[in-house]
Amino acid sequence: MILHQCLDEAARRWPDHVAIHEAGGGGSISYRELDSLSNRLRDRLVGLGVRPGDRVGFWIRKSVDAVATIFGALKAGAAYVPVDPTAPAARNGYILADCAVAAVVVETRFADALRAELARQGVDPKVLLIGGAGGGAHLRAALDEEDRRAKAAPVHSAEPRPEDLAYILYTSGSTGKPKGVMLTHRNAVSFVQWCSETFAPVPTDRFSSHAPFHFDLSILDIYTCLKHGGTLIVIGEEAGKMPLDLAQIIAEAKITVWYSAPSILSLIAQHGKLGSRSYASLRLVLFAGEVFPIGHLKSLTRQWPRPRYFNLYGPTETNVCTFYEVATPIPDEQSAPVPIGKICSHLEGVVVDGEGGIARKGAEGELCIRGAGVTQGYWNLPEQSRNAFITVGTPPAYYRTGDIVVETPDGNFRYLGRRDRMIKKRGYRVELGEIEACLYQHPEIREAAVVALPDEALGMKVHAHLACKEGKRLSLIELKTFCSEHVPIYMIPDVFSFHAALPKTSTDKVDYQTLKARSQG
Amino acid sequence: MADESAVMDTVKTFIIKEFLPGEDPGNLTPTTPLMTSGILDSLATLKLITFLEQEFSVQIEAHEADEEHFNTLEAICGLVASKRG
Repeated sequence: MILHQCLDEAARRWPDHVAIHEAGGGGSISYRELDSLSNRLRDRLVGLGVRPGDRVGFWIRKSVDAVATIFGALKAGAAYVPVDPTAPAARNGYILADCAVAAVVVETRFADALRAELARQGVDPKVLLIGGAGGGAHLRAALDEEDRRAKAAPVHSAEPRPEDLAYILYTSGSTGKPKGVMLTHRNAVSFVQWCSETFAPVPTDRFSSHAPFHFDLSILDIYTCLKHGGTLIVIGEEAGKMPLDLAQIIAEAKITVWYSAPSILSLIAQHGKLGSRSYASLRLVLFAGEVFPIGHLKSLTRQWPRPRYFNLYGPTETNVCTFYEVATPIPDEQSAPVPIGKICSHLEGVVVDGEGGIARKGAEGELCIRGAGVTQGYWNLPEQSRNAFITVGTPPAYYRTGDIVVETPDGNFRYLGRRDRMIKKRGYRVELGEIEACLYQHPEIREAAVVALPDEALGMKVHAHLACKEGKRLSLIELKTFCSEHVPIYMIPDVFSFHAALPKTSTDKVDYQTLKARSQG
Repeated sequence: MADESAVMDTVKTFIIKEFLPGEDPGNLTPTTPLMTSGILDSLATLKLITFLEQEFSVQIEAHEADEEHFNTLEAICGLVASKRG
């Protein structure tokens, strides 16, 4: 039940296999070397004062160095806290201060901005600087440099209990500040065990690592792959947005298992020029995070007819909790999105109606999940954590996903919509309230209300309605740039409209229904 | 020289029309960040590439569709100029 033991075991069984390869001509590392490098970081972290139960943050672009840092932190008995390397320093500094990291490993290019933010937040963790990210070389060089000053005493890897935290993943918060989902070794290991049983990975598998490490898709990528001696093909942040680059990488790196949000697969289907290469190696296409528009899924399965396709569903709080295998080819007349399927074997689920009881079969309600894969709650947010759970029938309580579903006669769940103001953009969770909070920080904006509507091209189109001082109309360039300094790029509204004043309801709250109608028309 | 500024005007007009409707063109300078500010996302960049390829009869490679070549008007025009020889 210890997450990092998968690397210990794999290094014993397949020491010379390539554990990680960076796509697009980057570096590689064997299992033996990855084990050794993460041990060295473990020793250095413990030397810096990191103790079991501490949090260790890192701000490193996707690379061998980042994965070695993850395992180094786990071996030190800490919970790792990844921050989005492309997010603004203010957000990342907030996250690292919020969970009071004992240490943070950061690339020098981000270090100045991070230090300023940490100082602003009034925290002073140990900082380990690495010169860059790629091949593990920068982490190795940084550790060599530290060892030259004073060698770190070798220590044994920690043996956390199943209920100890393995990592904290921060997601969008409706009040404007991100919240940290706490995940334990039991949470992670029970999920990875389900992946092993469902996807039967082998040492010749080559898993994509498309998702960033602060996104829970990375848990399947890293641990399922390495547990079975496969090769993890790490794809960088920039290449990860480019369908042509990805189409090339998948073919050249002979990826066997692909896992990502649907939106990038839609782009690959439309723009990847897939007919020009061989994808004989691809055996599994997994997607999660948002609804996959059926038209693009049909197109993808026509261009890649051989792999098995799975729709995986689940919030960060549970990781994957339902799954559905898409039968291909998809019939032409199918116009509805594919179902989210059945509950994973390591979990239990119920559909809860408006009164808090179990919905009768075939009725809509909120999907609620309990079991070994479910979070204990949010870091330092006891009330929000309590409110996220509901007791139905006998304890333990179920986690409320906030998603409305209905069970169809064949026993599969269909996703109907959200209970609240959270949407998915490129698979990422976006609380519309967080975007509003950002806009309210702009000196010229008096009122801000953000709505989202389904859009064929964008998945969800985020439309910000603003009322500015003196009824001004602001520059879109200035607005988008302002947003990019406070929130990740995928949270920047797609459209801005300017009003003299926002429409209100009879109780003087923003009239979102009217705004939504205006956005549509 | 005249040709270069004609290229820039054409690209600028396209970007304003497609991605920044109603924006004062004066706000879009040769060095305004486009990708890092969210003005050009992946979809918009692909639309822009299609436009550039058709308008200027050039071929843009997959690896050129990145921040280095598309983050500013200056970079975009530089890329087009390098292709036209």
